[in-house]
Amino acid sequence: MKATHDIGIVVIGGSAGSIPVITDVLQSLPKPFSGTVILVVHRSKNTPSELYKLFLNIDESLLVCEPNDKDPVRSGYVYLAPQNYHLLIESDETFSLDYSEPVHYSRPSIDVTFESVARVYTNRVTAILLSGANRDGADGLERILLTGGAGIIQEPATADYPAMPQAAAEQNPGVRILTPDQIKTYLQTILQPIEK
Amino acid sequence: MSQHPVLTAEELAKIIHLIHQQYGYDFSNYARASLERRVLRCMQQAGLKTTYELKYSLINDKSFFDWFLQSLTVNVTEMFRDPIFYRDLREKVLPKLATYPVIKIWHAGCATGEEVFSMAILLAEAGLLERSRLYATDLNPANLEQARQGIIPLQQMKAYTDNYMQAGGKNAFSSYYTALYDHVIIRKEFRTNIVLAQHNLAVDQVFNEFQLICCRNVLIYFDRELQNRVFQLFHDSLSPLGYLAIGTKESIQTADVRTQFETISLPTRIYRRKQ
Repeated sequence: MKATHDIGIVVIGGSAGSIPVITDVLQSLPKPFSGTVILVVHRSKNTPSELYKLFLNIDESLLVCEPNDKDPVRSGYVYLAPQNYHLLIESDETFSLDYSEPVHYSRPSIDVTFESVARVYTNRVTAILLSGANRDGADGLERILLTGGAGIIQEPATADYPAMPQAAAEQNPGVRILTPDQIKTYLQTILQPIEK
Repeated sequence: MSQHPVLTAEELAKIIHLIHQQYGYDFSNYARASLERRVLRCMQQAGLKTTYELKYSLINDKSFFDWFLQSLTVNVTEMFRDPIFYRDLREKVLPKLATYPVIKIWHAGCATGEEVFSMAILLAEAGLLERSRLYATDLNPANLEQARQGIIPLQQMKAYTDNYMQAGGKNAFSSYYTALYDHVIIRKEFRTNIVLAQHNLAVDQVFNEFQLICCRNVLIYFDRELQNRVFQLFHDSLSPLGYLAIGTKESIQTADVRTQFETISLPTRIYRRKQ
């Protein structure tokens, strides 16, 4: 298994209205690809969620999973933050779960994962914040930019719920503002296809 | 407006060392990403800008340390969290436990007791509570005191009632507590068989033999080495054919004792010690 020290880490945060965009983005990825995608999507906490199956069904060659505690971060995978936990990364590039208080009423919180990813992967991170109705992700994007990563928000006019990307853009003048189609094109430059 | 000062690995290690030296709590094998986040959160809440200030307060102010310990450890818990876990307990585990004359259960890392109360209710509905002893332990004395009182904010009860019903509960959930202003108190008959005690999984030993150990969402705060120690401790604390339940995203697969357990339910992480 290829180590992740030389490849791109893409972390995507989404809330209300983000799932169609994520589905579309995942569909457009080369399969298999080199790099790692981490998704943090707000969802209700105690109703069993089958969201990863929805993403899994996009394409059977797409590797989607919800990480367990201490699983290694691998190249070629799409990881979905498990329901009702914060998702962190340790410096040895393993996942770490945390069941502490919600942040912005959210667990998983996008801020928590963005900040943790920024700390471990610094300038190799691309963070993308999609549609949503609260302000989770704005502080996290700030950390990403401070440690040299790239920050992108979904063009608020294209978002079903523009509040979340809007809040992040106001706090972080350095973010790029892209439409979903531009996000797809951008990701294809980071997540390179692997010859089968 | 960055809210987060940065804490280096070296600074965090020094703080861990200081707490261990002065107060005896050993956090050296805690998962660092989460611990670091919580130390920073404590510093923000206390208005401390540097680790120098933090160390100064820790050294000189015992009451600050008590507050720090309470804030550092994760005390978040719910009644009937993961309803399907309780459904599995009811269907797959309790019928086996019913064969014991006395049923001993250990809730390791019980926080403020919500899971223990849930277990007591489950046992009562199965007609087993009277001959059960629920040992609930936590590192943190403040948590144990709160668990002893059995008081829960009223605003949580709607979510807990939903969980209870999803878990297959048949009674009126409100029959298990008495509401008073903005809190509820779990009725005494569901708390009398609970024994609360301080126990630190990082250093303490076997103290009894159990037919079921529940330790859900505690191991995620430990590194692999400490997880391995705790799995061994659980193995040694279980009677042969005793059950172990861990959090649904926790894994026994890296533990040395994994071969000593069989899987009863993978999705809800219920295992059984072999003979």
